Amino acid sequence: MTLLADFYAKHSRLIDQIGVNAILALSLSVSLQAGQLALAQAAFMGIAAYVSAMLALNAHWPLVATIAVAMLVSTVVAALLAYPVRRLRGVFLAIATIGFGEIVRVCANNLGSIQFAGRTVQLTGGAEGLSGIPNDATTLVIYASLAFVALALVLISRTKFALAVALVREDEYAARGVGIDVGAVRTLSLALGGAIAGLGGALYAHASFFITPTDFGFARMEQILVWCVVGGVTSPFGAVLGATLLSILPEAIRFLADYREISNGVILLAVILFAPGGLSSLWRRGAVRVRS
Amino acid sequence: MIAQQLFNGLFLGAVYALFAVGYTLVFGVLDILNLAHAAIFTAAAFVALSLALAGMPLPLAFLVAAAVAGIIGILLDRVAFAPLRARNAGTLVPLISSIGVAIIIGAIMRGIYGVDERHFTTGGLETVPAIRLGPVTFTTVELAIFLSAVALMLVLSWVLRSTTLGRRIRAVAEDRIAAALLGVDLERTIAATFFIASSLGGAAGVLTGLEYNSVTLDMGGPIELKGLAVIILGGMGSVTGAVIGGFILGAVETLAVAYGASAWRDAIVFGVMFVLLVARPTGLFGKRALRQA
Repeated sequence: MTLLADFYAKHSRLIDQIGVNAILALSLSVSLQAGQLALAQAAFMGIAAYVSAMLALNAHWPLVATIAVAMLVSTVVAALLAYPVRRLRGVFLAIATIGFGEIVRVCANNLGSIQFAGRTVQLTGGAEGLSGIPNDATTLVIYASLAFVALALVLISRTKFALAVALVREDEYAARGVGIDVGAVRTLSLALGGAIAGLGGALYAHASFFITPTDFGFARMEQILVWCVVGGVTSPFGAVLGATLLSILPEAIRFLADYREISNGVILLAVILFAPGGLSSLWRRGAVRVRS
Repeated sequence: MIAQQLFNGLFLGAVYALFAVGYTLVFGVLDILNLAHAAIFTAAAFVALSLALAGMPLPLAFLVAAAVAGIIGILLDRVAFAPLRARNAGTLVPLISSIGVAIIIGAIMRGIYGVDERHFTTGGLETVPAIRLGPVTFTTVELAIFLSAVALMLVLSWVLRSTTLGRRIRAVAEDRIAAALLGVDLERTIAATFFIASSLGGAAGVLTGLEYNSVTLDMGGPIELKGLAVIILGGMGSVTGAVIGGFILGAVETLAVAYGASAWRDAIVFGVMFVLLVARPTGLFGKRALRQA
């Protein structure tokens, strides 16, 4: 037991990060499952992180309340974003959402504080970001959230909505043909992804000492995408697996010093070339083979 | 004041255009978005820096670095795109595999050069007096950068328009299967496309490094995303559109600075891109342009 306690004391930060990363990967996997490469997850995450941090710093709200409002805001933003991009597919959707993410980042950079009724109101803190956010997202809170999200997604995957999502992904015209409102499915899956990303963002803010706009830039978006692709998005398990593995790996090979990031690139390529469904699909394919 | 800003925009725009031309060429021929383009841009800047610091004359270092970038481009295609092409993996999976290559190139650069900013030794270039032309002034380095970028784009235009290789590239862009049936060697043409696109991207990297006399690991970040705005503006796959888009972006950025909106510059750029994508996804010049070049 002391061994476990020692291990936790030594790696608690990494353990917390893995939990947050897994939630972020789950959020992207929702829109990937609907066949949409919408790359705005880092922006949703950032919006929620700032909202929850500002509520905690300026209004001293308790953690749960800041998370709830932050998730509400990121969900609404995601649903609103779904409308203008409703006709975009494939690469064009990816580029438009990347552009949206950059606009959000620039706003975070420039809305440091505003003059309101003769007072200066602190908003995002500009390029220096916000510091002193209460560090109250404990490991328990993070993993309870992760379990909640994973459970919710598993339950959703058994509903008719999940069937509609799968059909929209495989063949949009067929989906229309059987009366599925493709626009509604796309909007709902983007909004659901926005809600989960918001949860991840709020937890990220409350598990870090400070947040800056670069935390939510394109580099973060790429990271989340890589976790999803490596783990696989056919089940919630894949995204969690990918985020966990790729968060641990760079730490495990610290001896490679500055070269260590190479492992994530090599693993990503290897998965795309040799296990296109992600690592979780390997396991499942194995299972099928055993049964048949 | 405005004349000078527009002139600065011209210099900036030439490099944006050079970068975007390679970006859009790959899209025009293969319909894939190559997110390793910016990593190659950075790698070439580091290669040129090493060669220049080892005593090679700058123009030669520039050409060698561009050639190295072209070879990296061919390797990129072999590793990340060719296997996916063989199994018809669509256009989104290659985008993700190019991120994998970008991560690998970035890690290698970081391992070799570390995270610190590096500088060229310009061999006294900065002491050459600035050139005055009516209301505008510019340095010889800026002029050389501008002329190199324009020269390379003219060469590309000639290659695409008037050579057998150019005709093959355009044929593959138009219809890959028909081109193969007519005897075009697909894999070799695609390799040549990657060599050209990546060497132009690499050249843009070297010129950017020289322009600011600074080479850093993350120098490719901003241009990677602004390059997207440029090729959307010009119409994805349109080489002429990318050139014009690059110059428009250069002008918009420098004018934003002149009018005191520099903090919101990038939001304007990406805002225009977003609106254009939603309202007119084919851009100002459409995708046909490469095929008709």
